[in-house]
Formats: sequence, structure tokens, C-alpha cells
Amino acid sequence: MLPDPSVPDPPNFDGWVCPLPLRDHPNIVMGHGGGGQMSGELIEHLFVPAFANPVLGGLTDSAVFTLGEAKLAFSTDSFVVQPLFFPGGSIGHLAVNGTVNDLAMSGAQAAYLSCGFILEEGVELSVVARIAADLGEAARQAGVTIATGDTKVVDAGHGDGVYINTAGVGLVPAGVDIRPQRAAPGDVVIVSGQIGVHGIAIMSVREGISFGTEVVSDCAPLNGLVAAMLDVCLDLHTLRDPTRGGVATSLNEIAKAAGVGVELTESKLPVPEAVANACSFLGLDPLYVANEGKLLAIVARDDADAVLAAMRAHPLGADAAIIGECVEAHPGMVVTKTAFGATRVVDTPIGEQLPRIC
Amino acid sequence: MKYLEEFSDPVLAGKLVEQIHATVTKPWAMMEVCGGQTHTIVRHGIDQLLPDGVEMIHGPGCPVCVTPLEIIDKALEIAAQPGVIFCSFGDMLRVPGSGRDLFRIKSEGGDVRVVYSPLDALRVAQQNPDKEVVFFGIGFETTAPPNAMTVYQAKKLGIPNFSLLVSHVRVPPAIEAIMQSPSCRVQGFLAAGHVCSVMGTSEYPELAEKYGVPIVVTGFEPLDILAGILRTVSQLEKGEHVVENAYRRAVQDEGNPAAKAMLADVFETTDRSWRGIGMIPQSGWRLSERYREYDAEYRFQVRDIVTEESTVCRSGEVLQGLIKPHECSAFGTLCTPRNPLGATMVSSEGACAAYYLYRRLEQPAEVVTTGG
Repeated sequence: MLPDPSVPDPPNFDGWVCPLPLRDHPNIVMGHGGGGQMSGELIEHLFVPAFANPVLGGLTDSAVFTLGEAKLAFSTDSFVVQPLFFPGGSIGHLAVNGTVNDLAMSGAQAAYLSCGFILEEGVELSVVARIAADLGEAARQAGVTIATGDTKVVDAGHGDGVYINTAGVGLVPAGVDIRPQRAAPGDVVIVSGQIGVHGIAIMSVREGISFGTEVVSDCAPLNGLVAAMLDVCLDLHTLRDPTRGGVATSLNEIAKAAGVGVELTESKLPVPEAVANACSFLGLDPLYVANEGKLLAIVARDDADAVLAAMRAHPLGADAAIIGECVEAHPGMVVTKTAFGATRVVDTPIGEQLPRIC
Repeated sequence: MKYLEEFSDPVLAGKLVEQIHATVTKPWAMMEVCGGQTHTIVRHGIDQLLPDGVEMIHGPGCPVCVTPLEIIDKALEIAAQPGVIFCSFGDMLRVPGSGRDLFRIKSEGGDVRVVYSPLDALRVAQQNPDKEVVFFGIGFETTAPPNAMTVYQAKKLGIPNFSLLVSHVRVPPAIEAIMQSPSCRVQGFLAAGHVCSVMGTSEYPELAEKYGVPIVVTGFEPLDILAGILRTVSQLEKGEHVVENAYRRAVQDEGNPAAKAMLADVFETTDRSWRGIGMIPQSGWRLSERYREYDAEYRFQVRDIVTEESTVCRSGEVLQGLIKPHECSAFGTLCTPRNPLGATMVSSEGACAAYYLYRRLEQPAEVVTTGG
């Protein structure tokens, strides 16, 4: 039950572990923004009680509600990426595609976006202009209108160049009900293409590490791909774009929301060689690395062939593959079968994934 | 990548597993020394494929796990000082000291940075001449040469604002300490391949002879591990105990002479505490007299910080192979990766964290639910 909103309770720190791993000092640490368990705790224990309403209760990438006759999806996302420009895109592309994709994961076609800039004193106008041009280009590509905006400037040293927030609304087509809770035992898990690309692209420029071939971000709007999938199957059960925290985090969230187990087959995961090499070098796991132009789809087994064919016929789904299934066993938990026939648990990361020492 | 997927080939792995099954006639307990090997074993489920009775004991070779609480507290003390840029490998940031961790120091305004090489920290020092830049130099014989090189470079280039907080440890004294423990169950060792790529194999024949244990220098990919296990059980079945090198593509018998010369110049051996195990004589390195001005413990006057370890945590017994992680009463309840009591739960190479991440299916239901 949600608490009575008229009685503000102080945050209860007893039940959650924050900040990692010491629970007794309530400062924000970087792990709270990592999309893992710590982010989840912050939302669940601090924000949700404060906002207390049933629309928020679903905790999906976008809220779905009815306004008049229309069933709308509504979502917001903030972008603080460094560097601002990276192989395959910029913060401008991300800011459009991130919100477009959050809406698409409810089956909605994004219609209108808002765009708020927080600019740091001293940033070159030419940088802002390039980002604005990228926003415009990405919006045209996604078929969405940037309808309103806002600009604030903060003192030098109080920001990191450019931060962007976007929010968006879109219509959910009739007959579509896509939510994490609909994943059911027997459903198959499909990924739309190669995983881990965006995170490694960012890391390669941020840390100045190269991995033989240049890794280019997969940043892309997924609304067209979702529309193609809905054309062949209105009854998609669950969609998720595995951004921060990667495929592992998204599947864990779905498994917990739906009360199902998820069983992956490691050898089916499409991991490009450059990503595998980079992860091996840095001690990271591609399952936890961010994507910006990929989606996970959970569909009934009988619909899988049609959905997979529709995905592969779309440029953003050419490498789509079935990577696992939902099972009744171990509800709320994701496991993977290793290439050697053993099984291991794929857990939600705690905060940010950290490179290992050796 | 060449030398990655080739050494993870499931068909070849199956053949090695068959050979191990065909070789083994009785139970054996062997220890993989290095945390990287533990990670591979648990991640790929290699120990699930071994014959009943053949047991892998996870050794003390995770550098994050064995770094003593005391040195973490010293790191926290230094990192919290104004005017300090504290550089570290990523996974050290999460290791809890007595009351805080480096993430907390960072959240409270400390300048804590993740770097990928100690030479990056030296560059930070060059770029920030008005700041004191400290690198957290921990680890085994593998991470010691680059740290030695960095201090050598700092002295050569005359970079006065760089220093190293050193807690290096050495494998052979740890093997000796494990074998001298009265409750020791280890009958053979998979030696840490990358340590041997630096130090060579000359330190091991004496240990193999003295304690009657086979020592097989082993790599880190699944096929490497299986080959190491096969060679170890083959020796055990035949009653042999010699040093073998199953990682020839990386390890030469004499090691890396340039790295060894650098170590000999910059470091000197010293007694060192291991988290959860205690003092092991001559098991560590510190900066030698010639480089003392680059020793952060001297520069920041933290040498008198003394810290006691947690009494609940049984990580020492885990590190010595006396118990499996889930046999500790705190495992998965009081102690989780989010709230670790001991360092073996912190690093993904740590035996407890590896068990927690990958093996909870085998645990009782109430442990499973703590994943939240």
C-alpha cells in the first residue's frame, strides 16, 4: 500500500543499504546513478513514497495513462554523458533517442518532445550549436517534434559543459499492452542486435583505450523497429531498452516485476569481437555494458518466429536473436547456461561496474 | 580475439574434462592460487564439471581481498586530505575500511580518481603540480613492476608531488604459510600464471619438494584451467610432486628479467599482514630506502594507524581454503556484495563474491531472496 501523501514521513534508511557498502551515511554516491540496485533503492525508498501515486507504481521506462480518450505514454530522461561527442553520436542524439526509446518500450510512437539545457558558463557557443544541430537531426530521423524547451546557465565549475533533459509524449496504439509484468513462463527473450557497443565506445574515448577496431556507438531511435514488430504482433508482452546497467540489469528488473525466472544461453548472446576483447581487457562483463540502440523483447513462443523475422527485416534488427526464455523456476532471478553446460546467476549490479585490478 | 575464444572452446574443454575423469581414481583437493583463476572457474562453472571428490579450494590470490584493513584506513586518511588527488584501480574504491570506503570519501568532496595504470597517476601529478598525487599500489608480483616503474620514473623525471601507498604481496610465502597451517587440506597447486610470467618458476621447486605437492603453472582461460587441473591430478595419481609449466605461451622459466631488475631496485621485502590471514613473514614489498621519499606512508604520516579486523568475518578461513564461502554463517545474510564484512565479498575475484554472484542457485532459499 502506498502511504498517505498528506503525512510526509522522513526517509527510512533502515531497510536499505546506502551508500554502498556502508549504510549509515546518507550522501549520494556515484553508484546511485548507475542504474543498478542502488538506483533502484533510491527510487523505491525515497522518490516513490514522496510522490505516492498509482501511475508511478509501475516503475516502467515510461508512464502509461489515459487522458480524455487518448492512451498516452509519457517519459523523461536526463543526459550527463562525457565526452559530449563520441564515435557514432553525441549527447544531442542520445537526448532525443533516449526518450523516444523509453516511449517505444510501451509501444508508443513518440510525438512531441521537450528539451531543457543546463549550460555551464564558458562553454563554447559552437559546441552548443553542434549539439542543437544533432538534436534536430535526431528528431527528424525519429519523426518526432521538439515542441518546447528551456535554457539555464550555471556558474563555471558547477556543471560539466552541457546537461540535457528531454521529456516526451506519444500515443499507445489500441490493443497494445506492453509491460514488464506480462512476461510469462514459456515466453522467449529476443535481443535486437549486438550488445555492449555504446558503453565500450564511450569508454574507449573517455579512457583513451583502443581495442584494435574503433567501436562506434549504436545510438539509434527504436520507434521504427517497434512499429515493425507491432505490425506482425500486437501482443508483445514486454519491451525494454537495456541502457545503463545493460542486458543483465533490464532482465533482472523484468524477472522481478513479473515473478518469472529468466534463463539465457551464453553462446547465443551477440557480442561483437571488439566488445568481447575490451571487456576481457578491462575485467567487465558485456551483459552489464550500456546499449543505446538495442531492445529486449519478451514474446509468446508462438509469436517468436514472426516477430524475429520482422525485426531482421528492419535495419536496426538485422542481428536480432533469441537469447533465452522465461521459466517458472527461480522466480525473480536471471541465470545463464555457460558454453560448458554449467549454470551461473546473472545478478543486478550493485552500483557501477568497476574495472578489475588484474 | 586470438588466444581468447580459442582457449574457451567447448569441444576441447569436453575432451580435457574426459581426460580428467579418466585419470582420477580418488578424491583430491587442490588450490588455484589466483583470484583471476577463481573467477574463470566459477563464471564458467568449471568445478561443476569435475569428478566427484575433486575439489577446487579458492586461494588467497585476489589482490583486493588480501589487502589489510589497516592499509585501507591509511588510504582513506590520505584521500580525505585537502590538496590530495588519490588515484586507484576501480575495484579498490568499494573496499570498506573501518568506517568508510573511497566512494564515500569521493562523495564528501575528496578527489578520488579511477585510473587504469599507475603511469596515468604520474601524468596526473605532472598536470597538477600544486597537488599531492598518490597512487594506491596494491597487488601481487603482477602489478608490482608497473608500480616500481612509475616510482622509478617519478624519481628520474623529478616529479616531487607523486607518491605511492604500497601494500604489495608475494605468492611463494603465502603458499608456504598455507602449507604450514595444521589444518591444511591442499594437496596440489595451480600456480598463478601471470605472477610466474614476471618472476619465473625458480621459486617453486623448493616448495614442491619441501611439502610434497605438485605445483602447475596455470593460465586463466577455461582450457588453461582444465589443463592445469589435468596435470595436477595426473601427478597426484602417480605420487609425483614437481613443478610443471602449463602456461608456456606466457611464462618462461626465468620470468621477465627487466621487470625483476626493476623490482629489485625499487622494492625490498618486508613482513606483511594479509587480510583475514594475518602476518606472513617476508611476504610483502615496500619501497626501498633509495625511494623512501616517494612512500606515501612517510609523506602523510599515517604509519601509526593500526586497525583490528572484523571478528565475525571468516574470510581468513575462506582464503586458506578451510571453509567454502557459503559455510560462513554471515554469507548472504549479514555479508553481501552490497554490504561486505570482508574483502573476499568485495572484489568480483573474491571467493565469497564469486559464490554469491554465480552460485546462489545452490544456496538455501532465504539466501536467494537477499538479492533484492
